[in-house]
Amino acid sequence: MSGFDFLTTRFETALGWGRKFSLFHYPFVTACCGMEYMSTACAHFDLDRFGAGWTRFSPRQSDLILVVGTVSHKLAPVLRTVYDQMMEPKWVIAFGACAVSGGIYQNYAAVQGIDRVIPVDIYIPGCPPRPEMVLDGILKLQEKIQKQKQDWRWKKKT
Amino acid sequence: MEKENLIAEVRKRFPAEIESDMETLGDQVLIVRREGLRAVMAGLRAAPFDYAVLLDLTCVDFLDSENRFEMVYHLFSVSRNRRLRIKVSLPGENPVVDSLTELWKNANWLEREVFDMFGVAFMGHPDLRRILMYEGFQGHPLRKSYPWRKEQPRIPLKD
Repeated sequence: MSGFDFLTTRFETALGWGRKFSLFHYPFVTACCGMEYMSTACAHFDLDRFGAGWTRFSPRQSDLILVVGTVSHKLAPVLRTVYDQMMEPKWVIAFGACAVSGGIYQNYAAVQGIDRVIPVDIYIPGCPPRPEMVLDGILKLQEKIQKQKQDWRWKKKT
Repeated sequence: MEKENLIAEVRKRFPAEIESDMETLGDQVLIVRREGLRAVMAGLRAAPFDYAVLLDLTCVDFLDSENRFEMVYHLFSVSRNRRLRIKVSLPGENPVVDSLTELWKNANWLEREVFDMFGVAFMGHPDLRRILMYEGFQGHPLRKSYPWRKEQPRIPLKD
């Protein structure tokens, strides 16, 4: 066998590589964007190709929360609680125009962008976004995870 | 019972309670006085009119008119396959109207929704409290006087 018997890397790089390909996601699905989410996650577009196919319906076991759809003021405390329950390290994707900015709902009921409730890493606009855009968003997030300073002492994110 | 006969018959039975009638897009509309609503509805619910289904119950806010709120009731008779719309005008100050929960069970939640969104009170309602908005919400969001995009967050939000 030719090739190499060993390789060198930095601990941070290895940790980032491991993290970006093992995203367990929690789908916080509230509205019609959920259809696009399902389409993305299922066989045709297959989110699993990027190591993010494992859906956990428990915030304790997930490290990526996909906020898919409109979040109303009535629901905002629930989203906050779910986010707080997730283990570090954790990432957030705002999926669709409503989650990004409130979308067409500029009224008394809708939160104007979920970044007013929880910190967001990747915004995916569109009403609803195509599955390709979602996959692109996942790839962007993986890039971000690889590049970011790997926090492995579980400091609290502010 | 055909359209003209129906209206004539209802008007004959309730001459004092019914203000006027009209027809819009093939649907018949009865405009009823506030005090007479309950009596007219009870009459329509029973034979021979037999309006067994309350399809919908909602409210319209005409901000600047004298009678600011207008309640709209949509009735459907299964046995005769006929529809009827009832309208009642309410004043802007202290809008109160009789509850129809005793005639149609589904009026309970529909009236709660109108109470929540428009602040119309229903006399005789068994459980008149908000149904959609959360506890501590001030005002009634579908009133035209409710400020555009005014938010009432339950938790502190970032700008």
